[in-house]
Amino acid sequence: MSEVKQFNLPDVGEGLTEAEIVKWHVAPGDQVEINQTIVEIETAKAIVELPCPYEGVVADLLVPEGQTVDVGTPIIAVSVSGGDAAPAAAAPAAEAPKQEAVPAPDEPGMVQPDEPKRQPVLVGYGVKPGATKRRPRKRPAAPAAPAPAPQPNGRPQPVDKRVLAKPPVRKMAKDLGVDLSTIVGTGPAGSITRDDVQAAASRQQAPAAAPQAPAPVLRGEEERIPVRGVRRSTATAMVSSAFTAPHVTEWLQVDMTATMDAVRRLREMPDFAGLKVSPLLLVAKALLVAVRRHPMINSSWVGEGDSAEIVVKPYVNLGIAAATPRGLLVPNIKDAHAKPLPELARALNELVDTARAGKASPADLTGGTITITNIGVFGVDAGTPILTPGEAAILAVGQVRDMPWVHEGELAVRKVATLALSFDHRIIDGELGSKVLRDVGDMLEDPLHMLVWS
Amino acid sequence: MAIDSARGAPDVHELDDPELIQLLTPEGERVEHPDYPLELTPDEVRGLYRDLVIVRRIDREAVALTRQGELGLWASLLGQEAAQIGSGRALGEHDMAFPTYREHGVAWCRDVDPLKLLGLFRGVNNGGWDPAEHNFHLYTIVIGSQTLHATGYAMGVQRDGVLGTPNAGATIAYFGDGATSQGDVNESFVFASVFNAPIVFFCQNNQWAISEPLEKQSRIPLYRRAQGYGFPGLRVDGNDVFACLAVTRKALEAARTGQGPTLIEAYTYRMGAHTTTDDPTRYRLKAEEEAWKLKDPIERVKAYLVRNDLADNAFFEEIEAEAKQVAADLRKGCLAMPDPGPMDMFAHVYAEAHPLMTEEQEQFAAYLASFKEVSS
Repeated sequence: MSEVKQFNLPDVGEGLTEAEIVKWHVAPGDQVEINQTIVEIETAKAIVELPCPYEGVVADLLVPEGQTVDVGTPIIAVSVSGGDAAPAAAAPAAEAPKQEAVPAPDEPGMVQPDEPKRQPVLVGYGVKPGATKRRPRKRPAAPAAPAPAPQPNGRPQPVDKRVLAKPPVRKMAKDLGVDLSTIVGTGPAGSITRDDVQAAASRQQAPAAAPQAPAPVLRGEEERIPVRGVRRSTATAMVSSAFTAPHVTEWLQVDMTATMDAVRRLREMPDFAGLKVSPLLLVAKALLVAVRRHPMINSSWVGEGDSAEIVVKPYVNLGIAAATPRGLLVPNIKDAHAKPLPELARALNELVDTARAGKASPADLTGGTITITNIGVFGVDAGTPILTPGEAAILAVGQVRDMPWVHEGELAVRKVATLALSFDHRIIDGELGSKVLRDVGDMLEDPLHMLVWS
Repeated sequence: MAIDSARGAPDVHELDDPELIQLLTPEGERVEHPDYPLELTPDEVRGLYRDLVIVRRIDREAVALTRQGELGLWASLLGQEAAQIGSGRALGEHDMAFPTYREHGVAWCRDVDPLKLLGLFRGVNNGGWDPAEHNFHLYTIVIGSQTLHATGYAMGVQRDGVLGTPNAGATIAYFGDGATSQGDVNESFVFASVFNAPIVFFCQNNQWAISEPLEKQSRIPLYRRAQGYGFPGLRVDGNDVFACLAVTRKALEAARTGQGPTLIEAYTYRMGAHTTTDDPTRYRLKAEEEAWKLKDPIERVKAYLVRNDLADNAFFEEIEAEAKQVAADLRKGCLAMPDPGPMDMFAHVYAEAHPLMTEEQEQFAAYLASFKEVSS
């Protein structure tokens, strides 16, 4: 004899009116115990883990990850066996239709969601209105695994797209570059085993050589895409840059292990709470420090022939090349040289988000003085970047990956990345370009150099 | 040496302060202190362990109930169990305790049913127990004001003329490091000092006043403040239940025998959030929590019991089972707590009938009755 009980989003913080479902720890079909953590929610005040009030089997998750719902909304349905898990008063009737239980506005004691004032609380600080959007912490994985959309009939989706695999298997798949979601598992409960991953990896390695029966090729027509917008301006900029400024590209492999440690420690500091701290932040800081030591790298060639001048900028508007749905955009961070590290981190986060959302303003996209392109995010090591027109240098950062490396006289596995610096050879000689690249490399190998040189 | 104009000279807070009184190390090794000899029978040590485990379990259940919307708020004692059980078990029959809203462990020692602690936080009453019956005052939400009430109570006991007799009772006032910045606490210190009141000020310095660190509360170790008011102050390892017991016993005895007040700074750490509405990751480092985890108040007693063959696995399992049962009963009782009736608000305003309130009570009863007529 089982009964389905719903758990309504509680007010976990004295007068809060809503919360975002950040991450579900359980899925339909899972066995849950009383007080087992089932979900992480984010309120105006905190990220909070909610313990389950019932013992039973999860029947349904009623709100998908990423959605903000009002206090009182049912968020999970648990099928409870037996009758004594919790008194009926604690849950609405099992037959209640699965709709948002918005509190009746005239019900005494209920919090009105649009209460305009700061709410008085018993202990500590009150809640400011409209402050629910605090910081996006612990982003739910990546958009690659979309949260299950609520089904119109309120039933669970039959198959959760989540892949079952043990952590060592996941690691192996990652190392071999195998996408787990493309594999059909042969282990218990459909989980993916080591053998499955290895088989998939070997298929990937020899795709052409595999003498498989050629599948009938469906050929469509050639696609013709009009060159407009960002594509057109990118093309113009690339041509103008490539054929006016003589490019030189230099390369340097650096041991990023210390930088990765520093990144990890920065993440724990309250100054960076809510900010995404990536190795790119320290690369940007290193480049800014290098510019300070070698101002000429942050310059521009203006005019032609006798009237030509080299303009050395006393400020740095740091461009960050971003792949957006519209194409390549290079928004820049104004006065990046003057920003403390947390400010720089915030600017980096916002800049790229804004550009990706297609909301970069013309001011964001012009006036850059030097650029970083993070090609590592595409999983490649290096390239020969083309200068942003009007700038004298661009730094490409390749992926950081485990590589054999001689460290303190011994062979060790270290985090290694390749830097590539392209510069305008009219302005910058090989010596200066090399010094800049070497400086950036030194700072990334030992971030203490940033302190020394900044 | 460079001196920062806002911070001044470097502070002197160190856990390894030579003045820290400790009788049980974090590794569970017994150490002796010349001023605080302590003889405990194996049963007493096992009893302390049971107290520690059960109050932690009660606390955990209350946090869970809050997360499930069954309580409006909870102030977790996680990490402060030893300070509360040690001092709470030092209390004698006639002693009176004035808690903050976090003294769930002391309440346990004063035989207050844990379920009664939940009433206030579930919003069904304003206290839930009889302070006179348990010699444990109601929870005080306003920071530090209970130290004034306690000082006044202690001065009353002094005027009863019982000090030095077997009927003497000391008063103990609980508060946190943040409260030491309050005027009320400083006024209490002045009154207690100049009137030689029989009181023990028990400060649980858990390092954080909500999000304000200790360095924003004091430039000197808190216990040294007592010197400025003119009574003894000492610092005890607040995660050491033995030391808290011994130190509090001695201070209470001094109060009962007319030797005046003592300030005890129990140096401990709030392992959880300030309350369930707080998120400590916004202001403090994980590394700090990890360092304090190694000084856990319960683990060291367990280590001591095991090291000295005073308890076996069966004992630990038995305590675990008991704690689980206490928690289950607490949950059941909490969910079954009845909502108060509208007339209940008049019940505890005055000790005796008061004409104006009686009039209002009647008016309100008539007002409520008018609804019944309409609906019938």
